[in-house]
Amino acid sequence: MNRILVVAEHEAGKLNAAVAKCVNCAASIPDAEITVAVLAADGAAVAQAAAAIAGVARVLLVDHPANEPALAAVLAPQVARLAQGHSHVFGPSTTFGKDLMPRVAALLDAAQVSDVMTVESAQRFRRPVYAGNAIVTVEAVPGQQIVATVRVASYQPATTGGSAVIEAVSLDIPLPTHTRFVSVTAARTDRPDLQTASRVVSGGRALGSAENFAMIQRLADRIGAAIGASRAAVDAGYAPNELQVGQTGKIIAPELYIAIGISGAIQHLTGIKDARTIVAINKDAEAPIFEVADYGLVGDLFSLIPEIEKNL
Amino acid sequence: MRRVLVGIKRVIDYNVRVRVRPDGSGVVMDGVKMSINPFDEIALEEALRIKERGEADEVVVISLGTDDTQQQLRTALAMGADRAILVRTDLAVEPPVVARVMRKLVDRESPIIVILGKQAIDDDCNQVGQMLAALWDRPQATSASKIAIEGQTARVTREVDAGLETIVVDLPAVFTADLRLNEPRYVKLPDIMKAKKKPLEVTDLAALGVEAAQRLKVLRYQPPPQRQKGIIVKDAAELVAALRQKGLV
Repeated sequence: MNRILVVAEHEAGKLNAAVAKCVNCAASIPDAEITVAVLAADGAAVAQAAAAIAGVARVLLVDHPANEPALAAVLAPQVARLAQGHSHVFGPSTTFGKDLMPRVAALLDAAQVSDVMTVESAQRFRRPVYAGNAIVTVEAVPGQQIVATVRVASYQPATTGGSAVIEAVSLDIPLPTHTRFVSVTAARTDRPDLQTASRVVSGGRALGSAENFAMIQRLADRIGAAIGASRAAVDAGYAPNELQVGQTGKIIAPELYIAIGISGAIQHLTGIKDARTIVAINKDAEAPIFEVADYGLVGDLFSLIPEIEKNL
Repeated sequence: MRRVLVGIKRVIDYNVRVRVRPDGSGVVMDGVKMSINPFDEIALEEALRIKERGEADEVVVISLGTDDTQQQLRTALAMGADRAILVRTDLAVEPPVVARVMRKLVDRESPIIVILGKQAIDDDCNQVGQMLAALWDRPQATSASKIAIEGQTARVTREVDAGLETIVVDLPAVFTADLRLNEPRYVKLPDIMKAKKKPLEVTDLAALGVEAAQRLKVLRYQPPPQRQKGIIVKDAAELVAALRQKGLV
């Protein structure tokens, strides 16, 4: 029996969609018994959402005022305690999981496998290295717990329909006060989330200005897509940093990705190569983005975007 | 002495197109240009700026690796670090080992701040900073895009999925640098000459009492699956028609 603890990410009382993907990854381990850990201030609703994920056997709910907003230093000792008796501890490879899981691994004196993209056995995993230019197969030396982050772009979410038991747990451990949350910039909620959207429209440097970047927003809104941006567009100030798609930004796997005025630097391509269909619109027919695009359209984006809208 | 420790890693230069060896034993390293991991260079730049603002007195740069790693440490000294420590090893050490080595050096050097890159661009692990913070039982501020030292605390802005998060941490603490924290300076020739005279201490894992335990065996390297090149459509109408046919719009 492999007992897998999945750490739930959540915000504003909502379970993050990445958690169902982690459960799907955990379920691909043979003979898996999956427990989801919800650490929150008042996590009843999140725990219920986690209990409804198919394949989850049990939800551990730790309510504590210090648990929100989430701080790795506060959560890690609690997760390490909950991890007792588990063979694996999984979290999403989001900024939440990347921050938290190595801290947990160190407390457990365990190895961490970052960005799991394939499970080959309970000990053997595949993960990308060198910005996705190589894939390694790693095997954990037996006799230790395994901590892992799950590359969410590699997994579909597990379905709902489960009815796991929810167990309230109170952990009597001292929590640090050396780290204090101040603020987070509020994200717009009326658009699909970039990391989980089925459609994404991204703009690059060729947009030329923040004002022109509004064309990307208009097209995205028209087809119900999330907005993305290349690193060049973010560095030029056309779009905020949280919209950056690529190795140093978000790695995404939408059904449809439309890259407009993006030449296709390797670090950008790393972030989109799991997209089902890629559309590239660029005036340079030699741009590397066309090497990976399913549909390419060569021309001036300022006239092509309105034409696309007209045809929709 | 208010000291800042900076961890750097020698990696294949980010401009090199990395190729997997045909036998799957690794990536091609022969004759390939090596550099300081770009995120670590940003970490070092930040440490130097903290010192230049008078908020620290000394910047010590640390690396684990073969003798060749002295090249990257000399570059770091030329950028402005005061001294360097090479923990010499021929092994491919894993993040938990690096974190334990850093922990030992933290004991010895008593820094107010440790800064590392958020991840190395070779193994892309993104682990050492967080592991060190856990072993040290101190705060961590990962993926930092802004660091302001305010006496015994630091206010750090972090790049998170939602946008920018700001936290305040008590010092000492561990920071990891994201891309937009700063733009590292260029090294000038006179600084390269000066760096040759700066102290570079060589030690090893045994001297620090750290065992290079292997926890993850790398079985093989493979090239990533390639996407097939698609078609060029003639105009917007043809594009929309194709997407509509596939049910994508």
